[in-house]
Amino acid sequence: MRLGLILGEVGSGLRRNVSMVISVVLVTFISLTFVGAAILLQMQIGQMKDYWYDRAQVAVYMCTDLDTTGTCTQSEATKTQIDAVEAQLKSPALAPYIKKYEYETHDQAYTNFQEQLADNPIASFVTPETLNESFRVNLVDPTEADILIESLSGSPGVQEVRDQRSYLDRIFAVLNAASYTAIGVAALMLVAAVLLIATTIRLSAFSRRRELGIMRLVGASNRFIQTPFILEGVFAALIGSILASVAIVAIVQFFVQGYLTRALQSTTTLVGLGDALVVVPILIAVGAALAAASAGVAISRYLKV
Amino acid sequence: MIRFDSITKAYPGTTRPALNGVSLEILKGEFVFLVGASGSGKSSFLRLILREETPSKGAIHVLGQHLNTLTNRKVPYFRRNLGVVFQDFRLLPNKTVFDNVAFTLQVIGKSKGYIQEAVPDALKMVGLAGKSNRFPHELSGGEQQRVAIARAVVNKPAILLADEPTGNLDPATSAGIMTLLERINLGGTTVIMATHDAGIVDQMKRRVIELISGQIVRDERQGGYQTQAVPVQGFGRQSTEVAP
Repeated sequence: MRLGLILGEVGSGLRRNVSMVISVVLVTFISLTFVGAAILLQMQIGQMKDYWYDRAQVAVYMCTDLDTTGTCTQSEATKTQIDAVEAQLKSPALAPYIKKYEYETHDQAYTNFQEQLADNPIASFVTPETLNESFRVNLVDPTEADILIESLSGSPGVQEVRDQRSYLDRIFAVLNAASYTAIGVAALMLVAAVLLIATTIRLSAFSRRRELGIMRLVGASNRFIQTPFILEGVFAALIGSILASVAIVAIVQFFVQGYLTRALQSTTTLVGLGDALVVVPILIAVGAALAAASAGVAISRYLKV
Repeated sequence: MIRFDSITKAYPGTTRPALNGVSLEILKGEFVFLVGASGSGKSSFLRLILREETPSKGAIHVLGQHLNTLTNRKVPYFRRNLGVVFQDFRLLPNKTVFDNVAFTLQVIGKSKGYIQEAVPDALKMVGLAGKSNRFPHELSGGEQQRVAIARAVVNKPAILLADEPTGNLDPATSAGIMTLLERINLGGTTVIMATHDAGIVDQMKRRVIELISGQIVRDERQGGYQTQAVPVQGFGRQSTEVAP
């Protein structure tokens, strides 16, 4: 009986305010889509970090005939110098940090270069002698690259010690910036959504102020009075969050798994449908909680006894 | 049943209190007229009983509840023991007579079966048995006030508060409303009625409480609208006393 009455009130409130309800639905839809996109982007960054940091190496570049930077004086690193660096890598000071290392010769470097930049005109200008020979070191913990950089930079015959993570970090910085932008837009839109829900509920309460006055007079409990309004806000926000969830799943399914996977092939891992389905309950919970809170605050001034 | 212990009610931003040191007791089954000029504190008096306001000073007990300490959460349950009628009826224009009365019971969670029984009873008691499907705008002023009274008493409250219930009605219709209130009072309900209608008060010969500037100046059994004991004041004198 009471449930039917409350749901009836919710229905009539929604009907009376159709245009406001639609705007609440749209604003929550857009804002939660941005929230979902930001979460997915963070998940993507996390996956890429896992994937690439494992493969990232520290490269110890040895001098070539052309180099003048580091300890190089336009002369090729000698065998003694190379052995000295290798001895350092094997020394008890550095060995515990190193998982494995290998030496890349001019010819290997040339082959890799040609492979990686096959379509690039620069590939045809490069000769094996211009490419550095290098030690490729895999660390136990990729974040401890500084130890290697400090101990090997300045050794004779070493041009540069480079942590490849620094290249990755630039990519991650771009992705991070994108995800923070999405979060910023989402936050602004969520503020708009919360205010819009509050306004809608106030409008709805105002149009029913006679009923509310009588309810208070005859002793309807506060919960009975406020429940229809909170449900009204939650209902509108729920539609918005369901639309946002559908949009997020569609983006992952058709854009990430469909287009991006084909375009990038197997160069990196991408977020999948499983990740999208993790985001869906978050969006629905955020939408419902925000709507309930803002509607509750909006209606509270009509409950003062 | 209702006890005021030296109640003072001052609204924020005003220097003169709406009620000033009012003490009185109203017993079960009494019929009380509350008279006095506009601004004398009649409405504040009724609002305090309803716990729409809390007193600035003093203690109020209504139906065994100490209203000063009653929590906001419990106020709705307290109000279910009170019925209220206003000068402007306050009916819901988009609901029928039946639904207007039923609304009261619905929002306090009464069952459908109870509503189906209690609403026709209440409408019959106020003499509107045949008009339960009309809308308020299809009724005369007197009939609308009867609906409002039916709504106020359908939950069988112990106290009925009436704020100038005859203020918008002609004398004949008012007499009908008063007969109805009297019958409700005879059923054991305490009735407190604020009014300006001298004819009604003089005719009914009930307890009269007169307020001037927030103070009780007269509390008379079987009194009239104007006091018999104190001679009527001159116009000038009265206006200085009454005007806020």
